[in-house]
Amino acid sequence: MSPRLVRADRDATGRRDVPLHITVDGVPLTGIAGQTIAGVLMAAGRTAWRESPSGTPRGVFCGIGACFDCLVTVNGVRDVRACRRRARDGDAVATQSRAGREAR
Amino acid sequence: MTRHVAVVGAGPAGLAAAAGALRAGARVTLLDAAENPGGQYHRMLPDAYAAADPGRLHHGWRGFVRLRDHVLGHARCDWWPESTVWSLEREGEGAPHVHVLRGEADAMGRERRVLRPDALVLAPGAHDRVLPFPGWELPGVHSAGAAQALAKGERVAVGGHVLIAGTGPFLLPVAASLLEAGSAVRAVLEAGPAATVARGWTRRPRELASETGKAAELAGYAALLARHRVPYRTGRAVIEARGDGRVEEAVTARLRPDWSVVPGTEKTVTVDALCVTHGFSPQLELPVAAGCRLRNGGGSVEVDGDQRTTVAGVYAAGEITGIAGAQAARTEGLLAGWAAGGGASDSPVAAAARRRRDRGRAFAARLAAAHPVGAAWRGWLRPGTVVCRCEDARYGDLLDAARDPAGASARAVKLGTRAGLGPCQARVCGPAVTELLSGLVDAANPHHRPIAQPIRLGELANPPTGTTDQEESAR
Repeated sequence: MSPRLVRADRDATGRRDVPLHITVDGVPLTGIAGQTIAGVLMAAGRTAWRESPSGTPRGVFCGIGACFDCLVTVNGVRDVRACRRRARDGDAVATQSRAGREAR
Repeated sequence: MTRHVAVVGAGPAGLAAAAGALRAGARVTLLDAAENPGGQYHRMLPDAYAAADPGRLHHGWRGFVRLRDHVLGHARCDWWPESTVWSLEREGEGAPHVHVLRGEADAMGRERRVLRPDALVLAPGAHDRVLPFPGWELPGVHSAGAAQALAKGERVAVGGHVLIAGTGPFLLPVAASLLEAGSAVRAVLEAGPAATVARGWTRRPRELASETGKAAELAGYAALLARHRVPYRTGRAVIEARGDGRVEEAVTARLRPDWSVVPGTEKTVTVDALCVTHGFSPQLELPVAAGCRLRNGGGSVEVDGDQRTTVAGVYAAGEITGIAGAQAARTEGLLAGWAAGGGASDSPVAAAARRRRDRGRAFAARLAAAHPVGAAWRGWLRPGTVVCRCEDARYGDLLDAARDPAGASARAVKLGTRAGLGPCQARVCGPAVTELLSGLVDAANPHHRPIAQPIRLGELANPPTGTTDQEESAR
């Protein structure tokens, strides 16, 4: 099984879901208003969306903005921490790679 | 004129500091990188979730709401959410100037502002410390803090079958958060041996009696784990994560008290997520930038009886003065804010806060004694183990660089392997790399980052908006 969002009808906090839509590398994805981009991706079952210098996959590690493993490009702006940025309806997210840069 | 106190961080310590400074009669600017106060401890659900009962996920929710509403609603408090302090600049005798970016995380064109307060309280908190082990870079391996931030702050469970491992009492609330979010927790593994944990927690029992809330919290976690049949084991750790493109299994092993592996005790557990914590790293960039003297081998900020640092006008509170948890952070914050706001050191307010603060400090010492990190953890590493996640620097490269006869120094190792030079600027690998290189090369302070938080070049080129001096005198 994969990461997922606690179902609203079973959520003790009594939250109210307002859907939002983003694209990730052009593929549409549905989340809920208030989620971070990392939250939208994880709730959609994705665990990785970035490549390290040696080309290995990376996703959320620290979850609070310290590690920079979860960087994405948002609406053309690179290096945005997906765990810190709230998703907005219509956001165009692109994955990033640092692969091939290790030979400096 | 009313004293102006800037408080950086709105977690338990920062909120209490704001309250203390307000009580002393000062004007306060309270800043935090998040949209809502609470810090990582009271990690809030987003407003857009419109949660009917957000307190369900929190300890001490009512007290927090009372403090938050008092501070944010106060006429002398200015609340700056989504505000990142990226630099402190010392000029003359007064408190350092505070350089702030306001706006969405890592966005372009955030607003640059400069605060020139009479006093500054630093309460930035801490983040998880995770020791490297083979496979820890696989997706699905998370810091325990990440699992909790996602569960409490977004209602995302990191996996269906999760193993929680490492050391410290934080393992327990993380297990509770994951169970609450519907994950099956395979086990909670405390690496420290039972004897050390028990000795640390039971010494000077009278002292612990004053922390009744903690005992009740602990009993609650024990009952919860029992109810869900989650095993809690001491002296056992995850020493490797395996999987193809993401974590699929964790290798656990029994440890000796020094954390070396007992051969033949390895077991493989199938998981879809692994949560790890080996204590916390205080966020020391800002105190280091302010020029504050550190103590405990550079691990925390030195403060006096009133939470004053060694730099005039700069106070420190919470986890940066030593990891002791939210309760201690609140009393330190109150004291720091009171003193920064001009409150008298001999007042009953300060005296009472100091007594509680001292109990908090004793609790920090208890935590450190009960959950030490065993030095033999490096035995888990192999030459190919990634040590610096950002640059994929491997343990073997680090050792080769350190043994280079051409002259090894921390700086040369860093430049040669790029460990610590990636986007996180050694926030994650710094403490581990320093420890792995100790005895091989000269140590360097891993917390020295002239730019405390990332800032885009375009933002740097833009002049600050509003000359805050004028703003201040106009108020």
